Amino acid sequence: MLAIYRREMGAFFTSGVAYVFLAVFWLVSGIFFYNGVVASGTTDTSSMFSSMFYIVMFLIPVLTMKLLSEEKKNRTDQGLLTAPVGLWEIVLGKYFAALTLYIIAESVVFIYAFILNYLGDVVWTPLLGNYVAMIFLGAAFIAVGLFISSLTENQMASAVVSLVVLFVIYLSEMLVASFENGGRFKKAIYFVVSKLAFYSRYVEFTRGVFSLPSIVFFISAAFLFNFFTVKVLEKRRWS
Amino acid sequence: MIEVRNLTKMYGDKLAVNNISFKVEKGEILGFLGPNGAGKSTTMNMLTGYISSTSGEVLIDGTDILEDPKKAKANIGYLPEIPPLYVDMTVDAYLSFMYDLKKCKLPRKAHLKDVCNLCKIQDVRGRIIKNLSKGYRQRVGMAQALINNPPVLILDEPTVGLDPNQIIEIRSLIKKLGKRHTVILSSHILPEIQAVCDRIIIINKGEVAADGTADEIAKNITNEHKMTLRIEGPEHSAEDKRVIADAIRGISGVKYVRADMEREKGIYDYDVETDGKTDVRRAINKLCAEKGWNILMLQLSDLTLEDIFLKITMGDGLEKAGSEKSGKSKSKPRIDLKTSEGGKISAVQEDDDEEEENDDTVVSDSSEDNNGGEE
Repeated sequence: MLAIYRREMGAFFTSGVAYVFLAVFWLVSGIFFYNGVVASGTTDTSSMFSSMFYIVMFLIPVLTMKLLSEEKKNRTDQGLLTAPVGLWEIVLGKYFAALTLYIIAESVVFIYAFILNYLGDVVWTPLLGNYVAMIFLGAAFIAVGLFISSLTENQMASAVVSLVVLFVIYLSEMLVASFENGGRFKKAIYFVVSKLAFYSRYVEFTRGVFSLPSIVFFISAAFLFNFFTVKVLEKRRWS
Repeated sequence: MIEVRNLTKMYGDKLAVNNISFKVEKGEILGFLGPNGAGKSTTMNMLTGYISSTSGEVLIDGTDILEDPKKAKANIGYLPEIPPLYVDMTVDAYLSFMYDLKKCKLPRKAHLKDVCNLCKIQDVRGRIIKNLSKGYRQRVGMAQALINNPPVLILDEPTVGLDPNQIIEIRSLIKKLGKRHTVILSSHILPEIQAVCDRIIIINKGEVAADGTADEIAKNITNEHKMTLRIEGPEHSAEDKRVIADAIRGISGVKYVRADMEREKGIYDYDVETDGKTDVRRAINKLCAEKGWNILMLQLSDLTLEDIFLKITMGDGLEKAGSEKSGKSKSKPRIDLKTSEGGKISAVQEDDDEEEENDDTVVSDSSEDNNGGEE
């Protein structure tokens, strides 16, 4: 697993994906930081964090698009799958490489906190809580992206489909918002979708609630999609 | 070392590999021969655990590849048809990655150096794989397979796309490796297999069509000998052709004659097959002297691996080719020396599949009758 992790980290930087990802992430989050925090004269970072959801949603597909699709296209998966390593090691090696880069990008909030420190008093507890929540949100999204990357040989298809799926996950609760007061059937749908919603679970943290069930939910989602990825690789072998 | 039992692979309804069984002993170099799409790569992918079999077993050193894949795979070095190279890494970084991936315990620096020396890639170790030529990439792929000194090496078309020098180098490398490793090698290039392998398995349409050394396989198929004659008749016409073919057919020991196409103006080639016991060359010479015909060429052509291969893969397998001897007219594509206008001699490969159908019917039907008639 470590070998794959190291190679994947190297590949992020040699292929330039890392630079694009970090540059865009930091640029856009910087804008959110300036507009939401500095310009509005507050040290409350929650509005910045709630906007961060969009960055995560749009940029994670870039991070995950080539992880498995490129292996299949270049036939390098033959090297991996005939080496004495398990499928979980392959998937998790790639998963944690993407997660590491994501955490590096996200840790920019500590620089913002450092800047805020000069402008006023930083409220550390919600900031840390949001930081942790964002890590787990990303962890779940990366697993979704990795899963979609395992389904195709085409990087662009992988990126676009991941984006659409993440977007649908985001929109799902708004689509069913009107179902809340409907009949039993509509209520049931509303109940299920809102329980599975990523966005409102994440936004909860920015309101100062550190909800452990939501953390567990994100971890479960990450595990589930990694499990699916392993099954896709396994199925390809058996078909 | 490697044992394959009743290996079968279905892709949906399509049967890719059908009930293949064979064994490879330690230190043997086995050649896998077959036309494109015969199931060579599929079989190799199953041997290495890249894909699963529909039924049947693969045992590598006694370990089933599907039951204990990690242990079995640790014994295999695999070079797929397209080497699995990460093109944006340097050769050193890539080999180092494979070293980690295979959980190699040998001393890293010394082992990688050994492998690079063996594959002659010392001088490109610092370069990015993307910028390497096809030959070097193939050798890096080979080096990758050799990491961790696996007792079994499986090489899928290792010389494809290389220039002649490189092919010779890779072949001698494989021969060298065969002393320490068990090697399975696939190819559709016949001389390569003949030069390198101890044993050959010919695969056709997903089944083992022949198994043994080149000589054994040849013996199984036929004990006859062939030659090609070019005889100039008196009239330089198609009538000559018939007369000459009939006359040769009359010689004792000749089993089959086929008049081939017109090679020079009014002069024809004849494919002659003997029973393998009598040497008919003198008799033919005498016959021609008597009739006043001129022999312009006489070329012995014993069965080559190429003949065997064509016979097995074009016909319906060994049994049919062995029993039905008149099917032998499916001879190898001949290389003919032709003189062009500029006086240059060029080798022309002629594929005589088409005209065979026309000529065959004319001449071959009466071959049995005349055989031995003038004893």
